[in-house]
Amino acid sequence: MDLRLIPDAEPSDAERAALDALLGAPETAWEGALVAHPDEGVFGAGGREAREQRHLLLPALHAVRDAVGYISEGGLNYICRRLSVPPAEAYGVASFYALFALEPQPPVVAHVCDDIACRVRGAAGLCSALETRLGPAGNPALGGAATWVTSPCLGMCERAPAVLLQRAGAADVALPDADADAVVAALSGRVASANGARLHGSASAPQTREPEQHDLRLLRRVGRVDPESLDAYRASGGYEALRQAFALGPAGVIREISDARLLGRGGAAFPAARKMEDVARAPVRPHYLICNADESEPGTFKDRVIMEEDPFALVEAMTIAGYAAGCEQGFLYIRGEYPLALARLQHAIAQARARGFLGRDIMGTGYDFDIEIRKGAGAYICGEETALFSSIEGLRGEPRSKPPFPTQAGLFRRPTLVNNVETLVNMPWIVLHGGPAYAATGTAGSSGTKLFCLSGHVARPGIYEAPFGTTLRELLTLAGGVAGGRPIRAVLLGGAAGGFVTADELDVPLTFEGTRAIGASLGSAVVMVFDDTVDMADIVLRIAAFFRDESCGQCVPCRVGTVRQEEALRRLAHGSPLGSVASDLALIDELALVMRDASICGLGQTAASAVQSAIAKLGLFQDGQGA
Amino acid sequence: MSVAPLRLVSRRTVELTIDGQSVRAPEGATILQAAQSVGIATPTLCYLETLTPVNACRVCVVEVEGSRVLVPACARKVEPNMVVHTNSARVRHSRRMVLELLASSVDLSYAPAEVQGYLAEYGAQPERYGQPAAAPDRDHAHAGHHTPVADGYAATVAQPVKVDNDLYVRDYARCILCYKCVEACGVDAQNTFAIAVAGRGFEARISTEFNHILPDSACVYCGNCIGVCPTGALMFKSEHDMRAAGAWDESRQTRTDTICPYCGVGCTLQLHVQDNRIVKVTSPQDNDVTSGHLCVKGRFGWQFVQNRGDGRGGGVAAP
Repeated sequence: MDLRLIPDAEPSDAERAALDALLGAPETAWEGALVAHPDEGVFGAGGREAREQRHLLLPALHAVRDAVGYISEGGLNYICRRLSVPPAEAYGVASFYALFALEPQPPVVAHVCDDIACRVRGAAGLCSALETRLGPAGNPALGGAATWVTSPCLGMCERAPAVLLQRAGAADVALPDADADAVVAALSGRVASANGARLHGSASAPQTREPEQHDLRLLRRVGRVDPESLDAYRASGGYEALRQAFALGPAGVIREISDARLLGRGGAAFPAARKMEDVARAPVRPHYLICNADESEPGTFKDRVIMEEDPFALVEAMTIAGYAAGCEQGFLYIRGEYPLALARLQHAIAQARARGFLGRDIMGTGYDFDIEIRKGAGAYICGEETALFSSIEGLRGEPRSKPPFPTQAGLFRRPTLVNNVETLVNMPWIVLHGGPAYAATGTAGSSGTKLFCLSGHVARPGIYEAPFGTTLRELLTLAGGVAGGRPIRAVLLGGAAGGFVTADELDVPLTFEGTRAIGASLGSAVVMVFDDTVDMADIVLRIAAFFRDESCGQCVPCRVGTVRQEEALRRLAHGSPLGSVASDLALIDELALVMRDASICGLGQTAASAVQSAIAKLGLFQDGQGA
Repeated sequence: MSVAPLRLVSRRTVELTIDGQSVRAPEGATILQAAQSVGIATPTLCYLETLTPVNACRVCVVEVEGSRVLVPACARKVEPNMVVHTNSARVRHSRRMVLELLASSVDLSYAPAEVQGYLAEYGAQPERYGQPAAAPDRDHAHAGHHTPVADGYAATVAQPVKVDNDLYVRDYARCILCYKCVEACGVDAQNTFAIAVAGRGFEARISTEFNHILPDSACVYCGNCIGVCPTGALMFKSEHDMRAAGAWDESRQTRTDTICPYCGVGCTLQLHVQDNRIVKVTSPQDNDVTSGHLCVKGRFGWQFVQNRGDGRGGGVAAP
């Protein structure tokens, strides 16, 4: 390959320094060194070895963006030179992600969530206030120092409305409970500390703030044990499970997880032990472990709270899973919108490494395992496991066809175990207490406890841990019921890829099988409550817009289907159908069918499910009216 | 990488059922190949024998019993005892919708008769999505944001033709995003990587880095992207200009096979000639030497044939 760079586009000193900090200084002029290596021309620097660095493309793009606020032509050129990536391909990757701008923009950007959970808690008011004070979204404000844009769900639904601040030359900051004053202050450079005062218990998990009346497994350290102290983690029982795992051996760990009947918590509810065993048995080496922390389903924030408040638990859990499946390398793919979780995990991994819990010869057992963090850049689709592989490999985050399945050919075409954060953090308890003890909680089809994400019109939004089989009504009671005591119009279960249930269905047991029985899905355990004041047509339109924006664009049913679905819903919401209401509703059904049947991945296959359930269960649009 | 036809001496075969008939296919064959072997036609758009399947267009989907969703025939390998339906209601629905969705958003008027045939066969009605809307600037669309079109309109990929060199034009209003040009520019043929898919979702598009003009890109003008484009989005400038002038008339064209005179490889060239002038050059896809691919000289370097000066077709340049 002849690497032809963009003519006359040189990196700035800041861009060069940022990339060199990530990759080390270049050795040869071919790689971009300003002074040629004395042996230059004697050895080749642009061959296979250079091309195998392609997986560093996403971190490299982040480095350049973090330094100057956008990806310039010079910055992209230098990335391409260092990694031997053709500029067209690097541009294709960079332009795939919402958090990368490819044109100059002000150094501070506020991403203001206007997705469904924030929408019912004042996002529209916040956006219009910002428009008044700063001008339209996307325009430079405050003398060119800042701008604001709307954003899909930022995963801070319990403290809506939420804002993410992206800053050039400084770390990103999340602003929960945002109002216009706070956003304008933050854009002007006055940012409050990212870490608020520590309470006994976490504001994001209300159960932890009550006296010891809940038997919490997954949340037991949340808000109570210092998430930045390995000693505190060990003093609260940390790393006992890993020791036990080494005593059990890999097959023993898999047996316990199998006996526990642990199902994946990412949405698909696949038996965790089966995947683990498939990878453990795969003859091809190396094996990889991936923790999928690209939690982007609107209304989902459980993994964020775990990563922020109990990061060592995830590190230990990944080590256990890696040991059982025969992996020496783990990747933790975290969405780009979680700055605090990222910082806590980076700290936890460094601590664990320094103390011999990661790296070579862990705890003197001879087992080698390490974890590398990869940060997403604003793409819901990268939570799909095969798209996640593409993203880590430095390709566009496009899903791949299955088969082959990840356990056979996953990351870098090697056997790969992919688990969601919550699935993993169940494993230490299982290893320590045994599979049968774990399976004693919950139901026959859904064992253990589950983290639920309550948001919208509930009195105390947050994540709640409850045994599988708890009814929706009990869960809502736990969260203090509907805020203001108003009647429930609908509950969104499972996220944008899930569906709506009505007030008549509150006695549904929250299990994988129980929700399936009423035609709903537990999905990522989103429980978003809408009271009778909500314009449900507006919510459904936002969901349709979300899928249109987040489709990767690879396959026709999803790429164009999500566009046509949004167009038809807008027509119905505005009372101006093409033909008749009935014909537009029929069109929506036909689109739903082709998206479900013929899309490559789960995004397209579920892009119509919430829309369909809103029409069927809430009677939306049927009378030609919006709500 | 070009995929060589499966011609190994002794291949295991797999028995499966397609539309009720029992079919034997070599292990490793695709459902598409197995169906073809018994005369069952399958529509394809993004598939080409000489390129790695990307299974992006989904027009070839078939129903496989036991599979929750439809599967792409072009990429899915046959398995023993597979039961495949290529003409069920689900299959026909998905094919019709895929064709409708494409035809409602992309200008398919230059697509070959075969594609027009699919639209008719499956009863696609692209007009039922509304009036085609003018598209905003797609080249600078930011991932994750869009502006909806007015009620009654259907979003399209309409945009001006890119004419930035003398050899070929890029008319992305006709692009169905089949990825073929990207594959031909990349590892499947040319290894030049001048173009890639950029952007995301409906705003995904084929682009050079930062949408720079081709002369500033890595393009070597082999034209292999034109050779694989199924909809006329990529086109010889000569053809584009003749069409603009209303002079393009395939019924008056002849095709003559010859061997490229430039080097010792011996690529087969197919000269498309109208009114005794070469109007474009291709190479047959099933040619063992080229697999349909050429280089800049073979594809575009034919003007000398016509530099005669005597007004007659001598073929030898005047001294």
